[in-house]
Amino acid sequence: MTGKARITLTVNGEPFEAEVEPRMLAADFLRDELGLTGTHVGCEHGVCGTCTIMMNGVSARSCLMLAVQLDGAEVQTVEGLGTIRDMHRIQEAFHEHHALQCGFCTPGFLMTVCDILESLPLRTDAEIRDALSGNICRCTGYDHIVKAVRTLVDERDGAAS
Amino acid sequence: MMKPAAFEYVRPDTLAEAVTALDHDDARIIAGGQSLLPMMNFRLVQPERLVDINRIADLERIERTETGLRIGALTRHANAARDPLLAEHFPIVAEAMGHVAHVAIRNRGTVAGSLCHADPSAEWPLLVTLLDGEIEILGSDGHRSAEPSEFFLAPLVTDIEEQELVTGVHLPLPAGPSGMAFEEVAQRAGDFAVVAAGAMVRMENDTFAEVRLGLGGVFDTSVRARALEGALTGQRARAEELEAALPLAIEDLEPNDDLHASADYRLSLVPVLARRALIRALHRATQ
Repeated sequence: MTGKARITLTVNGEPFEAEVEPRMLAADFLRDELGLTGTHVGCEHGVCGTCTIMMNGVSARSCLMLAVQLDGAEVQTVEGLGTIRDMHRIQEAFHEHHALQCGFCTPGFLMTVCDILESLPLRTDAEIRDALSGNICRCTGYDHIVKAVRTLVDERDGAAS
Repeated sequence: MMKPAAFEYVRPDTLAEAVTALDHDDARIIAGGQSLLPMMNFRLVQPERLVDINRIADLERIERTETGLRIGALTRHANAARDPLLAEHFPIVAEAMGHVAHVAIRNRGTVAGSLCHADPSAEWPLLVTLLDGEIEILGSDGHRSAEPSEFFLAPLVTDIEEQELVTGVHLPLPAGPSGMAFEEVAQRAGDFAVVAAGAMVRMENDTFAEVRLGLGGVFDTSVRARALEGALTGQRARAEELEAALPLAIEDLEPNDDLHASADYRLSLVPVLARRALIRALHRATQ
């Protein structure tokens, strides 16, 4: 196909159908076509992690995927986590630990944490730092982010925090 | 703003369709896209046709063969890291995958993608070089296979022809109980290796029946330290013998200076990482 491609997908539980140019990046599709601007775009070459989304249950960089590759996928963006009045537990933990300053990187961190809480043991803070190493915080607020994740891991594992 | 130039998008459902789609002057395959899409976003690469092989069935399978394990081309790094067959026969794979980029990239990046990108610092080219893997290739003339030394020609250059694709890699099991270990130095977690080393040690009684040392980041391709391997085979299997052979590890290496490290620094890392990897492999072989 040379022209636009028709895709159907689910984003935050809601079905969508769209026509996209094959070269459109998944991040731009979510932001510009669906208006879901919570997914941020930083470096646009897979280094900064701020465009991280969940796709079919695992995290992915939406600047390193094409919109057309989302055809048939189940996508979750930061908008699907919670709202200001009804935050997701991960967002609450970030709030409690002051794990954000300017907030630009936060959506990417939140989506990465969605993945690693499910997929990794994260026994030590060094393991948490390693698992977060694909997300860059230019305010350098890493200590608080690690503390928030430590709290979430302890809750997950039933340990006293 | 960095966006790919326009291209024609083709998404084959079968290998045969993929080969047909590659019959084009300027076609590129996209697997995980974790190396290709950054280059397309920068417009360093502007293919006229993009052939997306992600929907081809059965390319993500890892299976036992008569002589080893076969890893499908689309196996994601994250899945390789937690695969029970690989954990049983080649635990070094999970160890190495811990050094591959970051969580989100491991979820998406593929074995064949890493092999075809052929970065001399990357983990899969080093693993396949160390483990005497055989790379399976399909083209319009049918199947062929290539050894790592035939496949990797130069940095980012392989012997893949325009109308060919990698369908998987076969890793032969070692001839007997063995130990393996992987070591890497990178500037930050997830960065490309400055230098990486993989070792395999197989013992019979108290002697080294086979020693292998693979190195990344110190030559145009992943390489084996053949001089060291030859010197150790048949020797008494002790740390002292490994130590004495370490100077041979840097023989014939030609590292480059680049932004990340000088050639001298890379060379100085080789005996250090070789020692760590070989000692741990020896220890595991004796367990």
